[in-house]
Amino acid sequence: MSTRSFGTRVKRNVDPKLLKGEGSFIDDLDLPGVLHAAFVRSPFARAKIKSVDTDYARSMDGVMAIYTCDNIGNLDMELPLLIPHDCMNDARTQRTLARDDVYHVGQAIVMVVAINRYLAEDAALMVDVDYEPMDVEVDIEKAILPDAPLVHPTHPGNIAADLTQISGDPESAFARAEHVTKIRVEVERSTAAPMETRSVAAYYDKISGVLTVWDGTQAPLTVRGGLASIFEIDEDKVRVIAPDVGGGFGQKVMFPHPDELLVPLAAMELGMPVKYIEDRRENFISSNQERKQIHHIELYATKDGDVIGLKDFFLHDTGAFIPYGIAIAQVASTSIAGPYRIPNIHVQFQAVYTPTVTITPYRGCGRPQACFAVERAMDQLAEDLGIDRFEIRRKNLISDDQFPYPREGLIFADGLPVTMDSGQYFKALDLIEEKIDVRNFPRMQEEARSQGKFLGLGLAYYVEGTGLGPYEGGHIKIHPITGKVYVNTGLSGQGQGHDTVFAQIVADQLGVNVEDVILTEGDSGAYDWGVATFASRAAVVSGNAIHKTALIVRKKTIKAAANMLEVDEDEIELRDGHAWVSNSNRSVSLAAVATATNPLRYAFNEAAKAATQFAPASRHDGPALDEGQAPGLEATDYYSPPAATWAYGVHAAIVEVDEITCETKIKKYALVHDCGNMINPTIVEGQVMGGVAQGIAGAMYEKVEFDDDGNISNANFVDFVIPYATEIPKVEMYHLETPTPLNPLGVKGVGEAGCIATAATIASGLTDALREFGNPKFRSTPITPSMIHEVLSSGSSG
Amino acid sequence: MKMIRNLPSANSFGQTSKVSLTVNGTNVEKEVSVRMLLSDFIRHELGLTGTHVGCEHGICGACTVIIDGKSSRSCTLLAVQADGIDLRTIESVANKDGSLHPIQEAFHECHALQCGYCTPGFIMNIVSEFENNEKIDTTDEGIRELIAGNLCRCTGYANIIEAVRDAAEKLQKKR
Repeated sequence: MSTRSFGTRVKRNVDPKLLKGEGSFIDDLDLPGVLHAAFVRSPFARAKIKSVDTDYARSMDGVMAIYTCDNIGNLDMELPLLIPHDCMNDARTQRTLARDDVYHVGQAIVMVVAINRYLAEDAALMVDVDYEPMDVEVDIEKAILPDAPLVHPTHPGNIAADLTQISGDPESAFARAEHVTKIRVEVERSTAAPMETRSVAAYYDKISGVLTVWDGTQAPLTVRGGLASIFEIDEDKVRVIAPDVGGGFGQKVMFPHPDELLVPLAAMELGMPVKYIEDRRENFISSNQERKQIHHIELYATKDGDVIGLKDFFLHDTGAFIPYGIAIAQVASTSIAGPYRIPNIHVQFQAVYTPTVTITPYRGCGRPQACFAVERAMDQLAEDLGIDRFEIRRKNLISDDQFPYPREGLIFADGLPVTMDSGQYFKALDLIEEKIDVRNFPRMQEEARSQGKFLGLGLAYYVEGTGLGPYEGGHIKIHPITGKVYVNTGLSGQGQGHDTVFAQIVADQLGVNVEDVILTEGDSGAYDWGVATFASRAAVVSGNAIHKTALIVRKKTIKAAANMLEVDEDEIELRDGHAWVSNSNRSVSLAAVATATNPLRYAFNEAAKAATQFAPASRHDGPALDEGQAPGLEATDYYSPPAATWAYGVHAAIVEVDEITCETKIKKYALVHDCGNMINPTIVEGQVMGGVAQGIAGAMYEKVEFDDDGNISNANFVDFVIPYATEIPKVEMYHLETPTPLNPLGVKGVGEAGCIATAATIASGLTDALREFGNPKFRSTPITPSMIHEVLSSGSSG
Repeated sequence: MKMIRNLPSANSFGQTSKVSLTVNGTNVEKEVSVRMLLSDFIRHELGLTGTHVGCEHGICGACTVIIDGKSSRSCTLLAVQADGIDLRTIESVANKDGSLHPIQEAFHECHALQCGYCTPGFIMNIVSEFENNEKIDTTDEGIRELIAGNLCRCTGYANIIEAVRDAAEKLQKKR
């Protein structure tokens, strides 16, 4: 293969098995004699547990074990605070199984293990728990008031964390400003809702003493480290495998959910494989969620629209516990100025405990909320000053020659200062203006109006800090029999196509076909250094680690091949799975090179004969391997990013409101994005499209609804409305590629890009469409037909 | 094609009943619990794990199979209701030599899957539509309606729509 694979639309290696139903998701694993776990979960948002009676359940047919907080040994504890930060005082985390208190509907109290799931659920129903329900407040604005019931008596005002970050000199900027725009925006709670719910299976092998855990996780090595630490066994005695995982979107990154500890515990105690497959209701009431924030944002500007200061205060709903620290709120804080210069920033948040499912990142992780706040404010500023929405942005965008653009004083979620590294922000805006056909829009709007339809043009710009550290590794080995290239990295995939993009990176360096590069990821038994898949980081961090490793293997291969072919190294070319002498027909296969570089005692095939001790090419005057030389064509290397690299993009939409049904139709949706060099444009587009769909879902449909007692009233797919194909429009995508200077491949992350600006774009479009109805503002999401009906009928804002 | 498992299991609990049906062309006779869902029967009794379960209440379509020629949700049926039916699952769709069916091929060509969990349900629904309709409406709106019984959380559907169009046009040309 002489053409470059990086940057091309290579089809995915993983597809055929998934298309034929031959994937291996956790519940597909054939574990002989496997036992099944089911949970007793709290029906109350906040209650004292007076008693737990498991006697009858224990006597039921097929029940193998029942676990409460009283018989789980040292697992009866508060689970780890994963990301400590000074701004949290005595951060609260969940207990493995509830003791004395429950803090949200769905919290695990008892785990039942039985010979099948039906009997496990039967027994769970027969566990008798006596509760004393307590008062609750689920509204975050009310929860911080002095007389609100407390989730944790230790935390007055239900404040879990309070952090202010300052960049520049905001106070003097605020004083200097000639105009200020102040708005309040609210983004609702949603949930990742991966098609495969969370699941875990475990088996303990008494002979080897190895605990094997199959976990549908984004963070297999984190799970491995956590299990070893909590069970106090060496890491090498715990193997964690993330097999095929049916979507993650952040929900599967946090460890541990209680089942991830209790299923391994049961497997060790019972000496049998045990599995737990969460059901859909459990995914709603016990797996982590995200999004609810209320921002009060203020833009301080000159009369001609130069924004010189930004002040934002927001409340962040963290649910009943805060195990993942302030990551989401911190990302929102540091993304709040978007793509704009705004040199003076004062941003403060308070994280608020509510007796609801715990909040940890869901695709976007604070970015959609920050984008919604600043972009709705930019639209309002434009209106206040009588400036066009594109123009107000143009006045404030960071220009190409201003990169790298630091925001001194703002610390990102990786603990490093925020610096926007590169981009062509103006070019992206110009491009979207052209593609959405701004010039012709007023005519279209007028025409539609004459037919009783309301058209609006929506616009929103976003930035995305991606590719966070600390590091990932890559391991590559060329196999001596087939010449195939085996690649490992520590993080895991949930559908992103890692096996293909990483193969592309390696194929280019080693001159092999993409299909001949075989990736094993997410298996601590195969490779065990690394972190996890989150924050749009796999392509950036693992991608560059694998690239660096491939360069080493390339060098080794060329050196060995030059030796075998008796030419200088610079005469060797790697292509078609062979090392060639340039401009000749002399070559040697990579399999043969891999064989020859491993000095052998025994010969099993023709190629191996050449590597044995009496072969002519073998060394007869000293050791077979030089001091420091390793056998074979193999290497490991790492990449640790100096800082996050900032991707960006701009969305625009033309929306149409139907006056009768109050339905919003997206007539046209276009976006420009820039994630640096694209490894595989098809996969990039797939990521962006999936993100846009989740963005539209949050903008118009999805909201986890709590009643006053803290019950989720739509914990199923009937009432929690995930869009089908009938709700998601066609999206036109335009790419810019500004390589980041921060890493060798020049790539930025793209996983979360699509979902960030969508809600702001739709809200902007609806505001434009319905201006004549009392100038509604659409500052909360999801924007439902009921809200539009209210606007159309009363003329007031939604 | 994956072999059907035929072992007694821990799942024949409580009151049972005998079911006899055709699965991917093979006759199967089994004693099953009267409570067992058809989706569990397919996955854990027959070992055909390509049929996935996403919501357990008939909304997401991940568990779609073809029963007597029509696409059906296997999570809202009991195994005992399957007595006498002709059942086809995702494992029957590819050709015997392992090569892909045109709709599977089109999904691969168009990048119409990411995590692949919902994919078998989509494929079964689309295969059923192809088999039962002389002419497929290949406009965007037509295809959106065709797949409106299946949820996908990864792709945003755009590439699935392209894949359906691509396969439908190829199949209609053949006819």
